[in-house]
Amino acid sequence: MSIEIENVNKQFGTFKALSNVSLAIPSGELVALLGPSGCGKTTLLRIVAGLEYADSGRILFNGEDTTQSHVRERRVGFVFQHYALFRHMTVFDNVAFGLTVRPKATRPSKQDIREKVMKLLQLVQLENMATRYPAQLSGGQRQRIALARALAVEPQVLLLDEPFGALDAQVRAELRRWLRRLHDEIHVTSVFVTHDQEEALEVADRIVVMNKGKIEQVGTPDQVYENPATSFVLNFLGSVNMFHGRMSQGKAQLSGLQVHSNGYAGADDTPAVAYVRSHDIEIDRSQIDNSSIKAEIKNILKLGPTVRISLLIEGNSEFVEAELTRDKFQQLDLKHGEHVYVHPRQVRVFVDDFQI
Amino acid sequence: MKLFKRHNNVLPGFGITLGFTIFYLSVIVLIPLSALVFRTMGLTWGEFISTVTAPRVMASYKVTFGAALIAALINAVFGVLVAWVLVRYKFPGRKIVDALVDLPFALPTAVAGITLATIYSSNGWVGRYLEPLGIKIAFTPLGITLAMTFIGLPFVVRTVQPVIEEIEVELEEAAVCLGANRWQTLTRVIFPMLFPSILTGFALSFARGVGEYGSIIFIAGNMPMVSEITPLLIITKLEQFDYRGATAIACVMLLISFLMLLVVNLLQKWSRRYAD
Repeated sequence: MSIEIENVNKQFGTFKALSNVSLAIPSGELVALLGPSGCGKTTLLRIVAGLEYADSGRILFNGEDTTQSHVRERRVGFVFQHYALFRHMTVFDNVAFGLTVRPKATRPSKQDIREKVMKLLQLVQLENMATRYPAQLSGGQRQRIALARALAVEPQVLLLDEPFGALDAQVRAELRRWLRRLHDEIHVTSVFVTHDQEEALEVADRIVVMNKGKIEQVGTPDQVYENPATSFVLNFLGSVNMFHGRMSQGKAQLSGLQVHSNGYAGADDTPAVAYVRSHDIEIDRSQIDNSSIKAEIKNILKLGPTVRISLLIEGNSEFVEAELTRDKFQQLDLKHGEHVYVHPRQVRVFVDDFQI
Repeated sequence: MKLFKRHNNVLPGFGITLGFTIFYLSVIVLIPLSALVFRTMGLTWGEFISTVTAPRVMASYKVTFGAALIAALINAVFGVLVAWVLVRYKFPGRKIVDALVDLPFALPTAVAGITLATIYSSNGWVGRYLEPLGIKIAFTPLGITLAMTFIGLPFVVRTVQPVIEEIEVELEEAAVCLGANRWQTLTRVIFPMLFPSILTGFALSFARGVGEYGSIIFIAGNMPMVSEITPLLIITKLEQFDYRGATAIACVMLLISFLMLLVVNLLQKWSRRYAD
């Protein structure tokens, strides 16, 4: 079941939540809507679900216009950040809800409902929790029940609004791996909203990066990470160092380093910003080539497998952050206050919002 | 042996607060009530039975508890409606309506009684239109029910209102996504969550109705066997210096009220079984 979003606009008072958003989601994919809070990703998801209506634009399911159809008719499974389980019902009744509210003519028999619910509980690995109440479950278990409940009605589309947002880090990581496996099993077109880039990179087939009510880039996790279309996307995915400078004669003159950027051959004497990901910065004791910059180690933070180092560039008040593996760090045996050379492996220059 | 386990609570003094609670309840509730029972002890069992089962007394139980029950039921329905409207809809004058709900709390009951009697008597503002239809409110059991409904309304509204405020919109959205229509969402999702608070409101409204005196005597007409409430009967007995007779009837009222509240409490516990 494919979803097409055509020129959707949505305004809340004076706040423009979505401006002219268009997006096509192919059938059977798991898509992440990624962006900072307030970028319109949840609003877009709710419009697809039919919980919110667009001011203008269309939503098509399988090529069929569903813009005006009611939530009930859209057959979407919606999973909420805070689970939204019915707390006065047992786990079983929660999952069965979507089946028991059907009109008599299409409602499965009690026996069929029972079988189906138990099968779903098996799928989410909670079959022995059927008689419990939501209050007796952990956050991760509750979200799995919410998912089973959404799947019970055999939705054409599964929509998840920050499904792991309320969980702690470990459960979160576990659950997203589980969601990926589940999707590989059932292949229902799914869209989930997240502000966590790691989550999107890990789980999604395709990532839609959003900012200020607009789509910045659509692509596979590799595409958006390796070839960010805009400086926003680059900034949002991973930690980045920024170097401000000017563009002149096809070269970006930045604080201490010079970068060839042929794409901007025509641009002369315009402000430019170069971005280098933290893990693309190498630290050496000696100068490798003329792109090496002398810097002083100001701070060392050991974060499990990686070590984050803040360096102050010589003759400049700008700080650079570098990320090394713990191995590399131990090999170099870097010390606080030491003078070293930093060497950016990969530099991306943006003038305004155009990429090289 | 330690009687209570020590809890490391933020609020200090489990012992002191429990002690005070028991002391306070004793002074305010238990001692006066036990005095009531002791006073009744002056009667022999036979005298007691004949006092509390006299036909006029029996009729008054029926009127009092019957009217209070009906009033509480009416409040349970319309109080929830009022609470719902106050929480879910924004309309001009909402704050004023919200404040009006508390009026029966604040109004001296005699004022309420006189007002109701004036309005619903056969030549009153409302009563004069109901009279030709054969509906007499003032000076009948209907009037008693009306007065009890009036004074009991805030109890239901004020207990249900905060619970409605707490129901997340997401629950309704989840129900709709799963294919439930408005009616199913209401009966299967919203109502079960409100039910415990409706029960509490019902119990409070009922208890208030049973204990009401001031407003009812003005509108009831107080005809023996027809529209005489038990509290009035107790007052009458006191005025005749029949203290033991008065306390005997009071004991029975106390017992019935206590039993009914107990049942409601058990029901409420059952309806909240999912919470623990």
